[in-house]
Amino acid sequence: MSAKQSTAVAVQPKHRQGDAWRKIKQNKQLYVIFFLPFLYFVVFRYGAMGWLLLAFKDYNAVEGLFGSQWVGFKHFIDFFSMPDFWRLLRNTLLISIYTLIFSFPVPIVLALMINEVENRHFKKIVQSVTYLPHFFSMVIICGMLVDFLTTDGLINKIIVACGGEPISFLTDPAWFRTIYVASGIWQGAGWGSIMYLAALNGVDPQLYESAVIDGASKLQQMRHISIPAILPIISVQLLMNIGSLLSVGYEKIILLYNGATYETADVISTYVYRRGLQGADYGYGTAVSMFQSVVSLILVIFANKIANKVSSGEGGLW
Amino acid sequence: MITKRKTIGDVIFSIFNYLLLTICCLVVLYPIYYMFISSISDGYAVLRGEVNLLPVGINFSAYKAVFASPDIPRSYLNTVVYTVVGTLINVTMTAMCAYPLSRKRFYGRNVFSFMIIFTMFFDAGMISNFMVVNSLHLNNSIWAIVLPGAINAWNMIIMRSFFQQIPEELFESAHLDGASDFTIFIRIVLPLSVPIIMTMILFYAVGHWNSWFNALIYLDDKAKYPVQLIMRNIVLSGETSALSSGGASVAGDLGIIATNIKYAVVFVTMLPILLVYPFIQKYFVKGILVGAIKG
Repeated sequence: MSAKQSTAVAVQPKHRQGDAWRKIKQNKQLYVIFFLPFLYFVVFRYGAMGWLLLAFKDYNAVEGLFGSQWVGFKHFIDFFSMPDFWRLLRNTLLISIYTLIFSFPVPIVLALMINEVENRHFKKIVQSVTYLPHFFSMVIICGMLVDFLTTDGLINKIIVACGGEPISFLTDPAWFRTIYVASGIWQGAGWGSIMYLAALNGVDPQLYESAVIDGASKLQQMRHISIPAILPIISVQLLMNIGSLLSVGYEKIILLYNGATYETADVISTYVYRRGLQGADYGYGTAVSMFQSVVSLILVIFANKIANKVSSGEGGLW
Repeated sequence: MITKRKTIGDVIFSIFNYLLLTICCLVVLYPIYYMFISSISDGYAVLRGEVNLLPVGINFSAYKAVFASPDIPRSYLNTVVYTVVGTLINVTMTAMCAYPLSRKRFYGRNVFSFMIIFTMFFDAGMISNFMVVNSLHLNNSIWAIVLPGAINAWNMIIMRSFFQQIPEELFESAHLDGASDFTIFIRIVLPLSVPIIMTMILFYAVGHWNSWFNALIYLDDKAKYPVQLIMRNIVLSGETSALSSGGASVAGDLGIIATNIKYAVVFVTMLPILLVYPFIQKYFVKGILVGAIKG
């Protein structure tokens, strides 16, 4: 796709103003079709970016965005010098890193395993079943978690039946990250394996056949054929995950956390919700979320650079 | 096909593989199954831990209570409306965005594409989005639910890639016959894009069906809540009182308790997804693979 685009650009001569105008007039219906989508992006997306100005102001609903008093970097300084800042940053990064370490490899292993299944019906069933939880809402997932993890819930009944002591999972800060990451694996592993499976399907079957003739075991085939086939996707996914280190989803945390677990559960985005939106501290909240967005953008650009470098232009997102 | 000479190691490997994958499937399915059998069992049997593999004391009073309450049926209807209207807007807008961007003769398409792709990597944030909706006075209306996410940039790129794969000759001959872009878009492009449109309907509709956060921050009027938000209040904040008072007559004598109601509510909300899931599978795999093509 990108190669196609660059040849198109190379072939076209330099546009002059009149030339552009002529092209627009010739295709004016395209612009009519594009008008509403364009308006949407301007109003809702770029309009929202305009409101980022709030980060530098003390917002006052009466004065509006432009009338409110300019305070410069006050909100940012307040945020960085707050003792909770380090807790928020640590929680955000730790949840991301644990997700990366524990959730990231699961879809890869699952795809490799499914790829080895020879019975087509069984393969289909495993795929259908493991994709399913991806379609459940976060409310359902968290509702199930809360029901299963309460002191008299399913999990504790199993623990007690095995002779253990019940654990108060939901109010013990030490358990929060485990619950977050484990439920993420339950919900997302199957769906995450789709892309790897597609790459594995694209491998020439002759490679496996000749490996079998050479006497390679299943594990050796996996190591020398399957894994190299998905390595480019793995590296891109990994780098993109690094790009989103700071963007921990808030929905699940808002549904699951409580005062007792803030210590480990509160992340930047949930803090923005509580302080900025619920507490109506709009200027300050905007500053905090802008910090997150700007760092995320920098990380994505950085990750994309590395991805392109590693795979010589093929692996990056752009 | 060549004949496969299996070594003992390979056989052991296969057995382990099948076994592990079966366990994976059970781990996914059992919680769903457990909720279902609990919702139709006697509430006290569930509490005593007697419900593990089969329902005990089968009754549907939890479901009766759920449907007798005013909240659930109304919010269910709200969700259906938000999903239908929202998805209609999503798919129309996404196609209208993707078609011009897929045409080489669309002057400025690189600039517009960049403008849209940039929004994927730079998120203005919760509060800025809230302020936009607020300043347009969309609060507490269906428009606050369906408009802010009208176009998902990623879905737009998937659709654009699909449009670009339509053979160029079709466009050229249509042009020679004097067809305008409106005609080409509606008569040629859209009919040829049914698979991708189905995928889009699926992605967007599931998103609307499952969404609750926008409703939480934008809707004040409980009568407008979608079912996910009502469910959040019941399942996570323990607001079962409203329900059991609604279905008090049933709730009293048959031993249904909060747990039954919670499971019943979760199951009722999950049901549409479970029902349509087998039929829509082929579309989403296709969709995600089209999207994997580098935009």
